[in-house]
Amino acid sequence: MNTNLNISNSEYDNLISQKAQKSPILKNILLAFLVGGLICVLGQFINNKLMGFGIDKESASAFTSIILIFIGAFLTSVNLYSRIGKFAGAGSTIPITGFSNSVVAPAIEFKSEGYVLGIGANMFKIAGPVLVYGITSTVILGFVYYLFHFVF
Amino acid sequence: MKIGKQTIKLESKPCIYSTSSIVGPKEMQGPLAQYFDLHIKDVYFEEKSFEKAESKMLETCINNLLIKSGITQNDVDIIFSGDLLNQCISSGFAIRNFDVPFLGLYGACSTFCEGLLLSSIVIEANVAKQVIASASSHFCSAERQFRMPLEHGNQKSPLAQSTVTGSGAALITNREVADNGIHITYVTPGKIIDLGVTDMSNMGAAMAPAVFSTISNHLTDTGRTIDYYDYIITGDLGIHGSDMLYELFKKEGIDISKKHKDCGVLIYDEENQDVNSGGSGCGCVASVFSSYIFNELKAKNINKILLIATGALMSPVSSSQGESIPGIAHAIAIENEV
Repeated sequence: MNTNLNISNSEYDNLISQKAQKSPILKNILLAFLVGGLICVLGQFINNKLMGFGIDKESASAFTSIILIFIGAFLTSVNLYSRIGKFAGAGSTIPITGFSNSVVAPAIEFKSEGYVLGIGANMFKIAGPVLVYGITSTVILGFVYYLFHFVF
Repeated sequence: MKIGKQTIKLESKPCIYSTSSIVGPKEMQGPLAQYFDLHIKDVYFEEKSFEKAESKMLETCINNLLIKSGITQNDVDIIFSGDLLNQCISSGFAIRNFDVPFLGLYGACSTFCEGLLLSSIVIEANVAKQVIASASSHFCSAERQFRMPLEHGNQKSPLAQSTVTGSGAALITNREVADNGIHITYVTPGKIIDLGVTDMSNMGAAMAPAVFSTISNHLTDTGRTIDYYDYIITGDLGIHGSDMLYELFKKEGIDISKKHKDCGVLIYDEENQDVNSGGSGCGCVASVFSSYIFNELKAKNINKILLIATGALMSPVSSSQGESIPGIAHAIAIENEV
């Protein structure tokens, strides 16, 4: 029989796309919308309650973030956030609870290599890029904003 | 003796005398549970890290093999072993407790067959009488090295495969020392084939062309056809990778789907176990061959198989640098003396 592969890379690539089971995009988008929305509603609820206690708007948003971060970290530590993530995808990755998950998950996982070379070195393995580009773009935008005001 | 382009005919027909397998909790919930020798109840196996657990699993597996074969480690000439972790630490740390020469292997998920292949060659060369080939993988240690931390919430591609927690070991003997009628007759080491697949979650498709190449070369070299074998058993192509293999053979006008089984598909229940495209890892083919398939050979329910373990030779570094995934597949013809 013929022992050579009679197929070019691009033909094979096409064959894969034909045969591969696709991710259920519509279902994923809907679930992400629902769960992501629910997390935001929870945040709004906490925020309103805090303001109901007489806390001013700015402090209330800071407290809301802190509480949501705690919830994300707690659910990660009891291995529930990974299940929510499997179900909701971006819906649970994008909100601040997802950011908390991305910091706590490697912290738990790399504890076996010790506090410095394990937790310390790997805690921001996933969140690191978000911080780097988040902070960089904020600085650049802030500079543009300042220039804009300076010129006009 | 080399025949054809890349096959070696083993005149001495080394014997696979016995095998040993150990798997994790998830594999025990799968359809092959009754065939495994041993299993661990939790993924830590009473150790402090997943890596230590994997080593202990492999060590336990080899000890069990010695007991099952009725020999001591002094009777073993060489151990060939490998795993998925950097610097093959699971094997190194497991085998440091044995007083036996060790040769570490890395062939990604093809390691078990690479070990069987080398074992049978040293026996054929008559430089060793009894040799162990083993391999292991662990879901948690592999996820840590190749993917995301376990607690991270993310979705997997339907094409992704789940690394098997398990080890398998086989004792290969010179027939004059011990013989049970199960022989390795031909081995075909594979060539690296890369058709440019870059998706790390689609390793089945990346490896399928290598399987095609190894099978077609094996058949051409030996003058056999697919029909000669009861089964063609691949390591861990998974559901999607198997489909791709059928497509490649279909182009040549050959239907292998009825003769083909894949260990990655056999080990889990795809409907209920949330494993996407099936199992993978060195431990997949190692544990499935060492339990279910070897049992079937011993019971003479199947008599002639071509076992092909498949490997994806990439790393997270090469993938981050945009490299494609080179595939490899090694074939071993195993036949019952009938």
